[in-house]
Amino acid sequence: MGRVFKFGDGISTDAIIPGRYNVTTDPAALGKACFIEARPDFAATVQPGDVVVGGRNFGCGSSREHAPMAIKATGVQVVIARSFARIFYRNAINIGLPVIQCDALYDAVNDADSITVDVRSGSISARDLTFQGETPGPVAFAIMEAGTLLDLIKSKGWSAIETQEVAR
Amino acid sequence: MGTLTEEIFSRRLGRRIHAGEIVVAPVDYAMAHDVTGPLAIEAFRKLEVPLWDPERVIMVFDHILPANTVAAAGLHKIVRDFADEYGVTHVFQEGICHQLMVEKGFVRPGGIVVGADSHSTTYGALGCFSAGFGSTDIAVTFATGKTWFRVPETIRINLHGRMRAGIYPKDLALQVIRRLGAEGANYLAVEWGGEAVEAMSIDERLTLTNLTVDFGGKAGLCEPDEETRRYLGEAEALDLHPIAPVYRSVIDVDAERLEPQIACPPAIDNVQDLSVVEGTRLDEVFIGSCTNGRIEDLAIVASFFKGRQVNPQTRTIVVPASKQVYMEALSRGYIQTFMEAGALVMNAGCGPCLGRQHGVLGPGERALSTSNRNYAGRMGSPQAEIYLANPAVAAASALAGAIADPRTSAPHASSAWRSVN
Repeated sequence: MGRVFKFGDGISTDAIIPGRYNVTTDPAALGKACFIEARPDFAATVQPGDVVVGGRNFGCGSSREHAPMAIKATGVQVVIARSFARIFYRNAINIGLPVIQCDALYDAVNDADSITVDVRSGSISARDLTFQGETPGPVAFAIMEAGTLLDLIKSKGWSAIETQEVAR
Repeated sequence: MGTLTEEIFSRRLGRRIHAGEIVVAPVDYAMAHDVTGPLAIEAFRKLEVPLWDPERVIMVFDHILPANTVAAAGLHKIVRDFADEYGVTHVFQEGICHQLMVEKGFVRPGGIVVGADSHSTTYGALGCFSAGFGSTDIAVTFATGKTWFRVPETIRINLHGRMRAGIYPKDLALQVIRRLGAEGANYLAVEWGGEAVEAMSIDERLTLTNLTVDFGGKAGLCEPDEETRRYLGEAEALDLHPIAPVYRSVIDVDAERLEPQIACPPAIDNVQDLSVVEGTRLDEVFIGSCTNGRIEDLAIVASFFKGRQVNPQTRTIVVPASKQVYMEALSRGYIQTFMEAGALVMNAGCGPCLGRQHGVLGPGERALSTSNRNYAGRMGSPQAEIYLANPAVAAASALAGAIADPRTSAPHASSAWRSVN
């Protein structure tokens, strides 16, 4: 159970962590600056377990991994968006920040609503309604099961992903 | 058989590859810079394995060069220490990573290159499959020489006709973004073709493939041709073409019927014809970036600035994309022209594009830039506004102190300044 922090369409990685605040590799410092200009009260009010809900093309722009790192560092349990930009989606999965694509949820929830999310099944409950998010692709699923991309590569090398070649 | 992307992956893996397949493929080079590099290095160290190949890892200082804060210097030190420890030979501090990847010969037709920067799509102008990744993906490539791809389907964009005076590849790309939206090519490759592309120089094609990521593209490619061969100084062009390709969609754009396109704040797909925003007052004009900081871009700007003064109310900043571009601009007299016109000329690198070093915008200020991003806060204050345009619009606007039409405001608008180079 968490609270919804709702954002609009086209939330760029510059909005998540502006270029002037990502001159660091420290997750805690990134977390403090998360959405610092787009929503200045975010870092001070977000609680572990809360949920970021975005519109279309969430995480567009720069490939900076600092963006999902900043969100993860605040304790947000999952980002749910109508659609994600490719690099952000992949970065989030790689570092162990769950992301779920779900179009129907967006118009049904408001900021500060209570929300329950099963990040493995993609099942979402809010306002006495249930939504089913899109399930991740096979590689994203393998990474999520391992924890992070580094965990997967350390334990299995490329074989875990190469078997997907056969599976198509 | 297939699209350029399918052809490249099929050759690399030695079997027929179709869009939609998930593959693990060896890459030619992996690039990171002074902001994404430190995270990649920290992730790589966690893997506790040797570096895949010190000669195929490229490190570039460009986003904050030279370091402007203690924090930035600390990031640079992480990269320098890593390069020393692992014997990384290709470490550069002489321009924007994407320009250097092309200039230094790391990009070949038919190649596969990955970069820890979204604009790594740029290299596709030479017929290379290249894409941007985050630091963790690049760290794994540092360790293994490979990465995984879901081989993308392709949007084919045909640019028909001939660009008229005052119209540049930037305008064609912004027109495509206007039509497809900021996520129009998400998860997809883009092939740029048609007569207008065939007639373009490599510098011009690099603008198209650079901007491909700004409407979501995973990669942007041009078919290598005689111009590619000439640019690379090679005896023979690589025989690489789309063969009976099946495209996700085909987009046709008429280059003849276009006026200069301006991406207005605060989004890349908020594109207007120049006439709609003409006369908008400007506090800053930035000419440079991996989109439009090459010698042909500077040639256009020099043709406008020659013997004239930029508007004193508007600070004009010129940043050549690389040392090579800078030196060529010096030898052609452009740098002197810029400085005599009252522009500030900064060292080669990313410059003001990302708001982390010089040229930062204050609250309520308005800039016009030849770069690729106009999100709120990108170049400084979130209360500043950024317009994106081609180099001729930027030059005419710097002279006027407001957004201006290069086709009518130039003192020599009737001459053939498009071919000044």
